[in-house]
Amino acid sequence: MIGVEHLTVTYGEKVALEDVSLTLPRSGVTALVGPSGCGKTTLLRVLGGLLTPQQGRVTGLEPGETAFLFQENRLLPWRTVAQHLTDVAPRHSATPPRAWLELVELEGEEGAYPSALSGGMARRLALARCLALEREVLLLDEPFTGVDPQRAQRILQRLKDLGKPVILVAHEPHLAQSCDRVMEL
Amino acid sequence: MLRIAIPLAVWLGVWQLASYWVGRELLLPSPASVWECLLRLGVTREFWLSAGYTLLRVAAGLAGGVVLGTCLAFLTHFCTWADWVFSPAIRVLRATPVVSFILLVYLWVSRTNIPTLIAGMMVLPVVWGSLTAGLNAVDGQLLEMARAYGFSRGKTLRLIYLPSLRPHFTGALLNGFGLAWKSGVAAEVLCPPKWAVGSSIQKARQALETPELFAWTAVIVVLSLVLEWLLGLWLRGRQEGTT
Repeated sequence: MIGVEHLTVTYGEKVALEDVSLTLPRSGVTALVGPSGCGKTTLLRVLGGLLTPQQGRVTGLEPGETAFLFQENRLLPWRTVAQHLTDVAPRHSATPPRAWLELVELEGEEGAYPSALSGGMARRLALARCLALEREVLLLDEPFTGVDPQRAQRILQRLKDLGKPVILVAHEPHLAQSCDRVMEL
Repeated sequence: MLRIAIPLAVWLGVWQLASYWVGRELLLPSPASVWECLLRLGVTREFWLSAGYTLLRVAAGLAGGVVLGTCLAFLTHFCTWADWVFSPAIRVLRATPVVSFILLVYLWVSRTNIPTLIAGMMVLPVVWGSLTAGLNAVDGQLLEMARAYGFSRGKTLRLIYLPSLRPHFTGALLNGFGLAWKSGVAAEVLCPPKWAVGSSIQKARQALETPELFAWTAVIVVLSLVLEWLLGLWLRGRQEGTT
C-alpha cells in the first residue's frame, strides 16, 4: 500500500493540499478525480518525489521507482519518436522501443519529430516515453488529453494488462469509470 | 544573380560619379584605378602573405574568444562564485572601447600577437552574453523532466542544453566573426605586425597611396563577406544534418 499521511503543500499563500491523508493500493489502476485546483497534480508530484511537502509524508514508495508523466508533454523538438524512447530506456532493457509504440498505437512514426505529430500523437509519445523508463509504479497526469475516447480506452486496457500499479489523474468520467478504482479528492 | 549584379553596378556607378566630381585621385580614386592597383598587388608575394596572416590571426582570435566565452558562460551560469567574479569583468570588457585595449595591450604583448588577442577579447563578451542569455532561457520543464527521468549530467547537456543553445551559438558566432575581423584589422593598423593587411593599409596611408588604401580595404571587405557566407553555409549544413 502507498500511504499519504497529513500532507500539506502550499505555493506561497495558496494552499494546494491541506492535511490530506489517504491510502492508495499498490496494484491495478487508480484514478484520482476531483474539480480543477483540488490538488490532484500536486499529490501526484509529491508521490513522484518532484515536490517536497511542507508537512506530512509518503510511505510505501521508494525513490526512483516511479515513472512520472507530466501534464505537459515535455518532448524534445530535436529528437525523433524512436530517440525519445531510447533516450530513457534502461541500458539492458529487454523490451524494444517498438513495443511501447505499439502499446500507445504510434508504430510507424519512429522517424518523425514532435513537430510532425498531432496533439494526441504527441501525448501518446509522452506516455510511451514514460513507460519506456520501465519503472515499478506509473504516475500519470492526464495521460489521455487530446486522445480520442476509443483509443484511450484501448490504451487504458493495455496499461491494466501491464500489471503495474498505475495512479492517474483523469478528467474524463468514462475513463475514470474504466479504472479499477476511483478516488475523489 | 541580378540581386548581386544590380546593387554592385549601382554603387560602382555612384563611386565613379563621385570620383569624377571630386577630380583628385588622392582624395577619392576611381573604381578603375583601385581595380588596377588590386591587380598589381595580387601578383605580389606580400599581398598573399599579408592576407593569409591576417586571416590566421583573426581566425585564431575568433576561435579563442568562442572557446573562452563558451567556457565562461557555462561557468558563470552554474557556479555562483564564478558569476560574482567573472560577470562584472566581462561586462567591463564589453563596455571598453577597442582602441583603449589595443593601446594598452601594445605595452605588454608583442606586435604579432596583438590582433589575435584583441579579436579574441572582442569576441569573448559577445559569445558569453549570447550563451548566458541562452542558458537562462533553457526550458525549466525539460530540465525537470531530465531530473525525473534520471538523465546524467552528460545526457542533460547533450540532449537539452546543447540543442537549446544552438540558435544562440550560431548568432554569437556570426556576430563575433564580424567583430573579430574589424577589431583584428584595427589592431593591425595601430600596432602593425610584419605581414598584415592592416600594416599595408597603414603603409599606404603614410605614403598617400589612396588607391592602394582602397584596394586593401576592398580585400578586407571581400574576405569578410566570403568567409561570413562560408560560415553561414557551414552552420546551416550542421543544422540540417542534426534535424
